[in-house]
This record gives sequence, structure tokens and C-alpha cells, in this order.
Amino acid sequence: MTNPTSSVATTGSPGSRALGLATLLGLVGLLVLAFVLTEPDVRIHPSTGQEIGQFDAVRLLYLHVPMAVITYVAYSLAAFASAGYLIKRTPWWDVTAHAAAEVGTVFCFLVLVTGSIWGRPVWNTWWEWGDVRLMTTLILFLMFVGYLALRRTAADPRVQARRAAVVALVAIVDLPLVNRSVEWWENRTLHQKSTLGELKIEDLTLFTLMIGFLVFLMVFAWLLLHRFRVGWLTLAAGEHQVAAAIKERRAEADGSEVASAVGETS
Amino acid sequence: MKSLLSEAWLVASKDLRIEARSRVLTNQVAPFAVLVLVLFGFALDADQRTLRMFAPGLFWVAVLLCLLLAVQRSSAVESADDAATGLRMAGLAPAAVFLGKSAAILVQLLVLELLLTAGIIVFYGSSVKNLFLWLIAGLVTALAVAATGTLYGALASGLGVRETLLPILLLPVLAPVLIGATRAYDDALGAAAVDGWAWTGLLAMFAVVASTLGALAYGALVED
Repeated sequence: MTNPTSSVATTGSPGSRALGLATLLGLVGLLVLAFVLTEPDVRIHPSTGQEIGQFDAVRLLYLHVPMAVITYVAYSLAAFASAGYLIKRTPWWDVTAHAAAEVGTVFCFLVLVTGSIWGRPVWNTWWEWGDVRLMTTLILFLMFVGYLALRRTAADPRVQARRAAVVALVAIVDLPLVNRSVEWWENRTLHQKSTLGELKIEDLTLFTLMIGFLVFLMVFAWLLLHRFRVGWLTLAAGEHQVAAAIKERRAEADGSEVASAVGETS
Repeated sequence: MKSLLSEAWLVASKDLRIEARSRVLTNQVAPFAVLVLVLFGFALDADQRTLRMFAPGLFWVAVLLCLLLAVQRSSAVESADDAATGLRMAGLAPAAVFLGKSAAILVQLLVLELLLTAGIIVFYGSSVKNLFLWLIAGLVTALAVAATGTLYGALASGLGVRETLLPILLLPVLAPVLIGATRAYDDALGAAAVDGWAWTGLLAMFAVVASTLGALAYGALVED
């Protein structure tokens, strides 16, 4: 039995498919660059002559750093769209904010995980309480987990949109405060030195990092696009626009075809 | 401005009158606060030297837990019998309602802070080394968390999952306040050598931002 909905039950379009394919190829290329072609970070200590550096752990930074930047881009977009919603009150802004926040939270989680894995060999710990960026990122992540929790409540969509917009704006306003406060936090433990500053950024290293930014920007755009479309469809379904569309299609299509599609026997 | 403050005073006195008559603060929240201090004592093996060292942090964690209860109460009294609609129809400015409700929570928190200070002196053997810093940092922190709590109470109000949603929304936002207040009290209670006034300045900044943002955003949250 053919399912006529299978051809429309997708959020893809020719453009997004092309983007998806390019993103996939870019990801493969990035992984090859990061894990095969680039050199591990090995330096010689000037006085002891010992080998020092981050060794193979540095490869994770080619993923970690671009993802961190994309996280901030995504959350900034979520806050911007939230402000847009509070001004314009149109669903487009709301769905954009929701999509950006959700995709941003996925990136933020990956940033925390890759950072933690990187920290194990380099800092000799999974978690470093004294590190500014680690704490800032964790707080930001938790705030947006709260945002997504609010998004999943069964409130009236407009009430929910309004409240979520305020949460996103507070989270972004809070960000510099979180940052400052942790910087002033007594530095009792080892602190993260400027990680990238230590590396010799040149040639392939820089190239790989730039490719990383580009590829993750594409991943973000692709995910955002699809999440936005899902959000938009959910909204449409909620407002019974789908019902109206089906009714319209029914009128267009042959009666028996529709009857068999929905499993009705005449 | 005058009418804003007088309207805020009306709301604050209403909330405080409800609290005074229901006695939830004295009969439930205050005992809970003391209980939290005692539980920390058990968890840390009742070692008074350790407890004294961590008293500032434990104090503020207890305050935040009590804040959750106070905020739940504050928004529950507006949800019950749809009192919020009555408040809106009374023609009060949303900013005044926000400031009033924040002030009522602030007063409750200050009472709890007094009680908790007595608690850490008795149970943990702490002592107030810098009374002025203790007072100002305590006041400014209460102001910051009361304003943030009121805003988030409105965010979570009227939802079936209010009790579980509020902590996950509110506590991450208050994390910097917890850090700052703990550092300030490290200094005030002599638990660590830090500059408590710098932290108090940061807390004051947070309090101003939270109050302003709350007063501006409250209207958007309560409108329907």
C-alpha cells in the first residue's frame, strides 16, 4: 500500500538537501584534517629538553573551539529573535528563537563533553572548577535547559512564547555577569591559559581551524533550518491549518484515492 | 514615581499580611531553613572546623532553597482563585506589582537571614567579624534574589509543572549571586581572606539589573 504522506513528511527541500550533502562532505574533510593530516602538539621544553604540549588531545580543539563559537552564535540568535518576538509578536520570531535555542543547547552540550575529554589528558581532570570558560558555559547550558523545559510545558502557545522570550533575554543578560563573577572568583586552582595562543597557529593548523568554523556553521545552519521547519509545522498543526490543508487536498484529489489512503472502505 | 511606589507598597503589604496571617514563614519555611543547616552538619560529619569554613556557602544555599519556597508561595497566592486577574483589574502598574511582590519576598528573606545567621553561630560556631559588611551584603543579596525570584515566579506561574520548573529556571540564573554572596560572607564571617566589598559591589550591580529587568518584563508576563 502506498503512503501518500511519505512524500511530504519531510522538512527537506532541494536547497537544504544540497546544504546537508555539502555539510556531510565538509564534516568528513574536517575529521580527516583534524585527526589524520594535522600534527600533534609536541614541543621541547627549553631548559629540560623534555617533550611537552597537548600531544594528540589538541586534535579535539579543531572541533571544540568552532562548536563553542557556534554555541554563542546560536544563543545570541535565540536572544535576538526573542527580543524580536516581544516587539513584533509574530510566530516567525518565536519559532526562530526556539529553534536557535534548541540547536544551541545541543552544541553547548557537545562543547562541554569535548572540553571535558580534552581536559582529562591535558589538565589531568575531567572537570576544572577554577576555569572561567568552563563555568560560564555550564551555567549558560543549564539556563537554556531550563528554557527548553519551559518550552515543553502545556501552556498556551502565546503565553509560552512570551515567557520563553523573557527567559532567553535574561540568560543572555546574565552571561557577562556570570563571566565577570567567575573571573573574580579566587583562583585557587590551575587556570586555563589561552589554549590557542600556546599553539603554533600556522599553515595547516589555522586552515583546519577555519574549516572547522565553516563546517560547524553549515551544520548549525542545516539543523536550524530543519528545526525551524519542524517548529513551523508544529505551529501550523496546532492552529489546525493542517486540517484546512487536508480538506483542500481532498477537494483536489480523487475521492477513492483519499479514502484508501486514510484506510476507509466504502 | 510616587504612585508607583505607593502601589508597590500596597502589593507588598498585601503579601506580607497574607504571610503574617497564614504563618507559613514562621511555621514552615523557618523550620525548613534550620533543618537544612542541621542536614549540612550531618552531611559534613558534624566537624565544626569544616562547618565554620564552609558556613558562608552553606548559609547561602539554605537561603536559595528558602527563596524557592517563598517564590512558590508568592505566585501561588496570585494563582489561587485567579487573584492575579483581580490584581490586574485593580489597575495597578505591572512594575508596581513586581516591585511590591519583590519587596514582600525581600522582607521574608531578611527575617530568614537573621535566623540562619543565628543558626550558623550556634550550630557551626561561626562569628560575625565584620558586622557592616554582613548587613550590607545580606541586604543586597536578598534584593538581588528577591527580584530575580519574583520575575521567575511569574514565568512559572499558572503552569501545571510550576514546582519543578521554577528551580531549574531560577537556580542557574542565581549561580553568580551564590558565588558573590559566599565570597562576601567569607570576608564578613572571617572564613577566608577575600575582599568582601568588591563582591558586594558586584551583587549590587546584579540587584539593580534584576530589578530593572524584572520591572520592565513583568508586564509582558502577566498580560493575557
